[in-house]
Amino acid sequence: MSETAIAAPSPTPRWEADPVLDVEHLTMRFGGLVAVDDLSFAVGRGDITAIIGPNGAGKTTVFNCITGFYKPTEGRLTMRRAEGEEFLLERMPDFQIAARAKVARTFQNIRLFGGMTVLENLMVAQHNPLMKASYFTFGGVLGLSHYRRSEKEAIGFATSWLEQIRLIDRADDPAADLPYGAQRRLEIARAMCTRPEILCLDEPAAGLNPRESAELNDLLRLIRDEYQTSVLLIEHDMSVVMEISDHVVVLDYGKKIADGPADVIRNDPAVIAAYLGVEDDEVEAAEEEVEEIKEEAERR
Amino acid sequence: MATTSPSRRPAAELVKDAAYSALIALALAAPIIGLQTVTARGGLGLNARWDDVFLIVLAVFAGRLLLNFTIWRHQGARPIGQKWFQRAGGRPFARHGHTLSKIIGPLALAVALLLPALPFSDRYVMDLSIMVLTYIMLGWGLNIVVGLAGLLDLGYVAFYAIGAYSFALLATHFDLGFWICLPLAGILAAFWGVILGFPVLRLRGDYLAIVTLAFGEIIRVVLLNWYEFTGGPNGILGIPDPTLFGLEFARRGDNTFHEFFGLSYSSMHKIIFLYYIILCLALITNFVTLRLRRLPVGRAWEALREDEIACRSLGINTTNTKLTAFAIGAMFGGFAGSFFATRQGFISPESFTFIESALILAIVVLGGLGSQVGVVIAAIVMMGGFEYFREFEQYRMLIFGLAMVFIMVWRPRGLISTRSPSVILKERKAIGADLVGQGHG
Repeated sequence: MSETAIAAPSPTPRWEADPVLDVEHLTMRFGGLVAVDDLSFAVGRGDITAIIGPNGAGKTTVFNCITGFYKPTEGRLTMRRAEGEEFLLERMPDFQIAARAKVARTFQNIRLFGGMTVLENLMVAQHNPLMKASYFTFGGVLGLSHYRRSEKEAIGFATSWLEQIRLIDRADDPAADLPYGAQRRLEIARAMCTRPEILCLDEPAAGLNPRESAELNDLLRLIRDEYQTSVLLIEHDMSVVMEISDHVVVLDYGKKIADGPADVIRNDPAVIAAYLGVEDDEVEAAEEEVEEIKEEAERR
Repeated sequence: MATTSPSRRPAAELVKDAAYSALIALALAAPIIGLQTVTARGGLGLNARWDDVFLIVLAVFAGRLLLNFTIWRHQGARPIGQKWFQRAGGRPFARHGHTLSKIIGPLALAVALLLPALPFSDRYVMDLSIMVLTYIMLGWGLNIVVGLAGLLDLGYVAFYAIGAYSFALLATHFDLGFWICLPLAGILAAFWGVILGFPVLRLRGDYLAIVTLAFGEIIRVVLLNWYEFTGGPNGILGIPDPTLFGLEFARRGDNTFHEFFGLSYSSMHKIIFLYYIILCLALITNFVTLRLRRLPVGRAWEALREDEIACRSLGINTTNTKLTAFAIGAMFGGFAGSFFATRQGFISPESFTFIESALILAIVVLGGLGSQVGVVIAAIVMMGGFEYFREFEQYRMLIFGLAMVFIMVWRPRGLISTRSPSVILKERKAIGADLVGQGHG
């Protein structure tokens, strides 16, 4: 997967030494359209990994393949949990990817349970452990104390997250009543309440103002450092990507065009041309560079 | 004239509006009133009554014109009922919903418990109450499927029928009593709920509604045609009455209720006993539903109604969750069915037509999806209303339809449309209906 990696700094980066998620030769076709074309990359354990690329590059498709909402046409997705268990995600139904492989996700267009309260949203996220605690409902209906204790713990965990995202005062309000930025934070907290080992965020900074965007950065660092959760995110907002990412993967037309640490990607001419955009006087220089790269590729 | 004032509508528009109304009246009246079937020599014949149609169209045109030029002149074009909608549609009962159910609940329970002892409770009132309670129980059962899980089930009566026939067949073939058959009937209905659920639950919305509707009809048609097993249109006779710890409610027998307690025989004993059975069954349904709502499975149902994709992203097995909703809803339907069989003593497929499903669904929708108290109010209003208008026989359905239209305009989300949270941190706040999802099937 390092054929296009640019000058990987020694020692070997974490995504090669200890990958939590391995994407190998992922291809997704919709009829004649190839949305993702033979994509391989790895997500390092404890890294914040960003997938960037222009609109239509296939980023969300990659996400949907990883989280099981699409079944990939080809390729292998290996999730390695901390205790050593391995899961082949392309073979699992979507809910088991969340429940057993511990992959959580958020959505580009927020998908909260709008008619349920903020706290209820976080309780639904803890469905599986609570289900077990209620002896698959039978114990719960009889009112066994074991379930009541577990529920109290679940509320405690949810409360700690509500404090983390500063929504504790709105715990009993319906989620749909929250302002946009708070809904984004709540969706991340809800995903974290499933206690994932990798958190996939689909454009978490979309629609946030600069202050909220900075808060999001802090939240993501907290998730990485305090909760030991690897983060994989799709993002358009470069201030988020460049500031917090340990590792950036760049897609264009479903293919990977660059893969490496943020500061290396920042200066990659192919990336600049394809995605980041350049200042007016640099356009020509960048185009020349692109031409050179293309010629080089043809020569190969 | 056209531009004298912004709120004043031009005369031409008013006439056009009246003409539209007349056109609609024509479309409706032409087949309904214009054509009358008469018995002719070789079978049915048609009798045209175009003069009546003409009169009706004329009346509608004139009436609409009159209204347009008087009352509606200054209000601008506005659909009927919008005013009510604007007043009540936003967040009805948003603040009072919970306190209301807090008062109504215990009050209704007290009345229900004391009903047989109340002075006006004669045989007629008790029979009516038993029927109302049966529908309340069915409404609560269906509320799990439609109100909580958001799966539109138009064939709920199938489970009611399965419950009734399970008890009737077990009782007549194997001589089993009511109390043994009751759980069996519930389990069988739940089993059929799962059988129906498996192929159907990948469907959503309208498709689910159609398939459940078909399932309801299939069950009825099977009951009707499987003559050797179900007795076909003749139904099943001689279904035994329930017993109280082995005591029978018969006039003569080895072990009768009135002899045991040294009372003189009264047919009311059995009615009151039946009343308390259905009251208990209904209360159990309510209790279990309220419990389930606070359990992970209940929250998963409601989350499913809100957003199925988000549910799956949180590791919830949506198929199982839907199946449990179907099975538990069906189980309560089965209990109610087996009670129905024992009360009637005779069942036939005629009792399980689509109109029953529609009625139960109407109770749930009218009461407000997901609201337990709403179902009670709606069941009392509807079944009571049916009884009250019994003399009007022919116009009953007309009034029923009118009432439904009125409710839709006035309270589009049902009588009690707020949602009460299943878990609270500090303060219980009712959630307005406009925020709560209705499910996509």
